[in-house]
Amino acid sequence: MTNLVEIRDLKVEAKTDSGRIVEIIRGVSFDVQEGEIVALIGESGSGKTTIALTLLGHTRAGCRISGGSVALAGQDMARLPERKRASVRGTQVSYVPQSAAAAFNPAQTIMEQVIEVTRIHDLMSADAARARATDLFKALSLPNPETIGDRYPHQVSGGQLQRLSAAMALIGDPKIVIFDEPTTALDVTTQIEVLRAFKSVMRKSRIAGVYVSHDLAVVAQIADRIVVLKGGELQEIGSTEQILNSPQHPYTKQLLGAFKQAARAASTASQEGRPLLEVQDLVAGYGPMQTDGTPLIKALRSVSLKVERGRNLGIIGESGCGKSTLARTIAGILPAVSGAITFDGKPLAPAAHARTREELRELQIVFQYADTALNPAKSISDILGRPLSFYHGMAGEKRARRVDELLDMVRLPRALKHRRPAELSGGQKQRVNFARALAAEPKLILCDEVTSALDTVVAAAVIDLLKELQRELSLSYIFISHDLSVVEAICDEVAVMYAGEKIEQLPPSAMGSGASHPYSKLLFSSVPKLDPTWLDSLKQDPELLSAFSGR
Amino acid sequence: MTTIETPAAKSRKPAYRTNLVGLVGMAIIAFWAIIALIAPWIIPYPVGEIVDLDYFGPISQQFWIGSDYLGRDMLSRILMGARYTVGISLVAVSISCFCGVVLGMIAAVSGGWLDTLLSRFLDAMNSIPSKLFGLVVVAAVGSSIPVLVLTLAIIYIPGAFRFARALAVNINTMDFITVARTRGEGTLYLITSEILPNIIGPVLADLGLRFVFIVLLLSGLSFLGLGVQPPYADWGALVRENIGGLPFGAPAVIFPSIAIATLTVSVNLLIDNLPQKIRDRSE
Amino acid sequence: MTNPALPLIASRLVISAITLLIVSVAVFFATTMLPGDTATILLGQAATPEAVAGLRKAMHLDEPAVLRFLYWAGGLLSGDLGTSYANDMPIADLIAGRFVSSMKLAGITALVSVPLALTLGITAAMLKGSLYDRAVTVLTIGIISVPEFMIATSAVLFFAVYLQWLPAISFANETVTWSDVLRVYAMPVLTLTFGVASQMIRMTRAAVVETLNTPYAEMALLKGASRGRVVLRHALPNAVGPIVNAIALSLSNLVGGVIIVETIFNYPGIAKLMVDAVATRDLPLIQSCAMVFCVGYLILITAADVIAILANPRLR
Repeated sequence: MTNLVEIRDLKVEAKTDSGRIVEIIRGVSFDVQEGEIVALIGESGSGKTTIALTLLGHTRAGCRISGGSVALAGQDMARLPERKRASVRGTQVSYVPQSAAAAFNPAQTIMEQVIEVTRIHDLMSADAARARATDLFKALSLPNPETIGDRYPHQVSGGQLQRLSAAMALIGDPKIVIFDEPTTALDVTTQIEVLRAFKSVMRKSRIAGVYVSHDLAVVAQIADRIVVLKGGELQEIGSTEQILNSPQHPYTKQLLGAFKQAARAASTASQEGRPLLEVQDLVAGYGPMQTDGTPLIKALRSVSLKVERGRNLGIIGESGCGKSTLARTIAGILPAVSGAITFDGKPLAPAAHARTREELRELQIVFQYADTALNPAKSISDILGRPLSFYHGMAGEKRARRVDELLDMVRLPRALKHRRPAELSGGQKQRVNFARALAAEPKLILCDEVTSALDTVVAAAVIDLLKELQRELSLSYIFISHDLSVVEAICDEVAVMYAGEKIEQLPPSAMGSGASHPYSKLLFSSVPKLDPTWLDSLKQDPELLSAFSGR
Repeated sequence: MTTIETPAAKSRKPAYRTNLVGLVGMAIIAFWAIIALIAPWIIPYPVGEIVDLDYFGPISQQFWIGSDYLGRDMLSRILMGARYTVGISLVAVSISCFCGVVLGMIAAVSGGWLDTLLSRFLDAMNSIPSKLFGLVVVAAVGSSIPVLVLTLAIIYIPGAFRFARALAVNINTMDFITVARTRGEGTLYLITSEILPNIIGPVLADLGLRFVFIVLLLSGLSFLGLGVQPPYADWGALVRENIGGLPFGAPAVIFPSIAIATLTVSVNLLIDNLPQKIRDRSE
Repeated sequence: MTNPALPLIASRLVISAITLLIVSVAVFFATTMLPGDTATILLGQAATPEAVAGLRKAMHLDEPAVLRFLYWAGGLLSGDLGTSYANDMPIADLIAGRFVSSMKLAGITALVSVPLALTLGITAAMLKGSLYDRAVTVLTIGIISVPEFMIATSAVLFFAVYLQWLPAISFANETVTWSDVLRVYAMPVLTLTFGVASQMIRMTRAAVVETLNTPYAEMALLKGASRGRVVLRHALPNAVGPIVNAIALSLSNLVGGVIIVETIFNYPGIAKLMVDAVATRDLPLIQSCAMVFCVGYLILITAADVIAILANPRLR
C-alpha cells in the first residue's frame, strides 16, 4: 500500500488577541495510507482539528502553517497556491464538519449545496449530479432519498443533516474525507445511526479518512489506526487494537483510565427518616398558558421522585427530554405550574423569589458551562465571597479565610483567588463553580451536566472530587447528565427521562441488563463501548430505533 | 473543538495595547478638554471686542488665525467656542447615556411589561429624526443653553437605551445571573454588581460615538441659527457667522470647521483603535 | 399551507401604526403645550383682549389639549393639514410642490449612493484587511466625523469658488436641459451622498464580514469555491436582511441631511420650508412638515423590516 498522505514536521502558528505568536502545532508527522481511516484523538486544545484542516490547505483565522509539509497525493497542500488548492478541495479531499446545522447555508436547498462541488469543479451535468446525490442519500440510509434534497436545511433533523453533509463530501469522489467530530453534537441513539451510515459508505467505497474526535469509544468503531495528540504534539500512534489494548504512552493510559471509571461503592448512608427532597406530579413548561391551566409547551408532564439524605439521584435522557427543565423547576428558576416540592419536610414555593433565604441556601444549583456561570468581570474571591456575605454575613478577615478553605476543599491553589475566570482552565473554572455552591453550605446540590463541557480526564477528576466532598460534608446530589458513565460513577439511583416524563428508575448496576422500558434498553445499548467490534455486533430493533429517536 | 485554546489566557492582566493612532486621538481630545477648561485665561483678546480694523482679516502675527466678519480675533473666539461645543456636548451625552443605560439595564433585568413598554416608547421616540426634533423644540421653546442640553440629551436617550439594553439582555441570559437570582439577590445588586461591570467597556465606547453625534448635531443646529445664540458662539455658530467669507476662503470660516473635525475624527480614531474586547458590538 | 412570514409582517405593521401614533402625539404636544400663547403671538402685543379671546375660540385654543389633538389628527387623516399662520394659505398647498422637489433630491441621492455604497461595502468586506479595505474604512470614518454643512461648504469652496464649475445656489425650477440638472443637483446630491453612503458602506461591510465568518461560508471555501463564489452565492443571500436594514437606516439620515443641504443651497424643498417656518414660529406648518418627515422615515424602516422578514429563508 502506498501513502496517500504524508505529514512531516508540521508546525502551525496562531496569533493571540494580544498580538503574541504561539505555536499550536509543534512538529507533527504521520501518514495515511490509501483506503485507511486514521483517527486523531485528543482533548480540546490538542490541535486535532487544526491538523485535519491543514490537509485541506486551510487554517482558521489568525493561524498559519509555519513549517513542515502536508503532502496529499504528492502535492504539498501547505505550499500550493490558492487557486490550485481550491481545485483539490472537494475532488481529492473533502470535509465533514462538526455541526452540519451551521455548515449548511440556510438560504439554499440541500440538493443545491450537495451538488455544488460538481458545479464548482465542472465534474458532471446537474442531472447526473442529482442522480448521484440521491444514490448517496440511499447509501447513507436517509429517509425519502428522492425528495429530501428539495428541502431547506432547517427543515431536516440534526442527525440527517450530518449524513447529508457526508453526501456533500462524497459527491466529488475524493481520495480522502476529513471528519471533524461529526457525531459530537448528536444524541447517542442518533449517533449510532450516523456512525453506521458513515462506516458502511466508507467501507464500500474504500475511501481514506481522517476522523477527528475526543471520544475513544466512537473512534474504536471506525478507525484503523489512532493518533493520540496533546498540546499540539503527537503522543502515540498505533493500530486501534494496540492503542486500546496495550497503550505505551502514559497519556494514552490516562485517557483509557478515565474511560473505565470505578462504579460508586454502595452508599452507607441511612435510608431512614423522611426523604431530603420529594417531588410530586411536577408539571412545568414554556409559552402562553392555555385554557386548561397548562403551558403551551409542556417540558415536564407529571414527574415524581424522591432523594434520600446522603444519597445521589442521577437523571439521564437525551436532549429535549426535560431533564434540565426538571432541575430548573426544582430550583425555582422556572416555577412549576402544578405539583409539589417538599424539601426537608417543608413545602417549597414554586418560584425562587418566593422562597426564604434559608430555603434557597440549602438547595444550590451548579450549571454546565462554568464560562457563563462565573461572572467574567469578578475575581474568584469576589465570586466565592458573595454567598458568604449574603447567607452567612461574613466580612473581612473571616470571609477571606473561608474563601481559602473553600479553595482548599475543591483542591485549587489559594493564589487563584486574585484571578478572573478567564485566566483559569476549564477544569479549574468548574471547581470554582462548585465551590460557590459549597459556600452556601447546602444540603442538596443540583448538578446540571457539570462534566459535559470538560475533557474526559478532567471530568473524571471532578467526579472524584464530588465523591470525596460528599463523604466529608454529607451532601446529596441530583446529577443530571446525558453521559451514562458519569451517572453510573456517582449515583445510587438513576431515573430515565423521555419526552418530559420519568419512564423508569433503577439502580446503576441494572443499567446494563435490568432495564425494563424499551426506551431505556435502547438508550443503554446505544452508548459506545471501547470494543472495536461493538458497533458491528450490536443488534438493535430498527423499529424501536425509529420510534424513539425519530430525529 | 472549534476554538483554539491559547496559553495567553494564563497571563495575569490582559494587556490593553492601544496603538499610536489611538494615542494621537486621545491626545487631541485631551487638548480640547483642557482648552475648554482654561479658555478664559489664555485667550489673547476679549471675545466680543472688535480688535481688527479689517474684517475677515488674514492670518497675521497679531491675529494668528485671522479675524471674523466684524474684525474680532478668531483664535480667541475658537478657544472660547470649545467651551460651548465640548461643554454642552459632554453634559448632554452624560445625561443621555446615564438615563439610557440605567433604563436599559432595568428593562433587561425586569423583562415583562416594563421592558415592552419602555422599548416600544423609546423606539417610537427614535423614529423622530434627530435634527427634526431639535428644530421642533427650538421652534416651540426658543433656544437657550439649558434647552439645548436637554434637547440633545433626550434625542440620544433612546439610542443609549437600546444599546445598553441589548448588551444587558445578552448578559442577563448568562448562568451567573440565574445563580445570583436563585441566591435571592435583588434587582439593584444584579444591575450594579453583575451586569454593569460586564458592559461598561462597550457602554463607554458607545458614549464616545454618541458624543460625536451630539457634537455634529449641535454644530448643525448652530449652523442653522437654532443652537447657541449670540453673543455666545460655539464652533457651528462661528461657521454660520462667517459664512460670508466662504467665497474667498477666509480663515474665519475654515478654522472653526477644522476644530470640529479634529474633535470628532479623534474620538472616532480612539474608539476604532480600542482593544477588540471593548469595541465589540459598539459598531 | 399558510406562510409563516405573514403574522410577523402583520405584527410589524401594527407596531408601525402604534409608533406613528406615539410620534404624532409627541410632535403635537412638543409644539403646542409649551409656553407662549399662540393667539397673542399672532395678533401681536397690541391686540385687544377681546380680539385674542375671539381668535382663541376660532382656533379651538380654549378647548382641552386632548380634544385639540383629536381635531388635528382627524384633519391629518382627512388630508386637511390646516392653515399656515404666517401667510394664511392652506398648508397642503404649501407643502405639495415642495414635497416633490425634496423627493427628487432624495431620489437622485438614493440612486447614486445605494449602488456606490453597496459596491464599496461588499468589495471592502471581500478584501478585508487589505490596503483597499483600510482606505475605505479611514475615508468613511473621516466623512462620518464631520458635519454635513462642512461637506457642503467644502464642496462650494472647491467646485463653485475654486474651479467655478457649478453655481453655489440651486433653483430647481430653472432646470431645462440635462446639463442644467447636473449643474443644479450636483452639489446637493454630492453632499448628501457623502453622508448617506459612508454610513451605508460601514454597515454593509460589517454585515458581509459577519456572514463570511459563518461555518457555511467556511464550508463553501472547503468545497473548493472561489472567494467570489463564496461571497455571491453564500454570504450575500444571507446578508440581504442586514443590508436592506443598512440602506433604510442610512437613507433615513437623508432627513437630517436635507435640512442642512436645502438651507445651504437654498433649494426649495420641504426642509427649507420647515426651517423658514421655524423662523416665523408658524406652528401648524412645522407640525405638518415634521409629520411628513416622520411618516417618510417610518415607511422606510418598516419596508426594510418587511423585506428582511421576506428574505429570511427559514420563514419560507
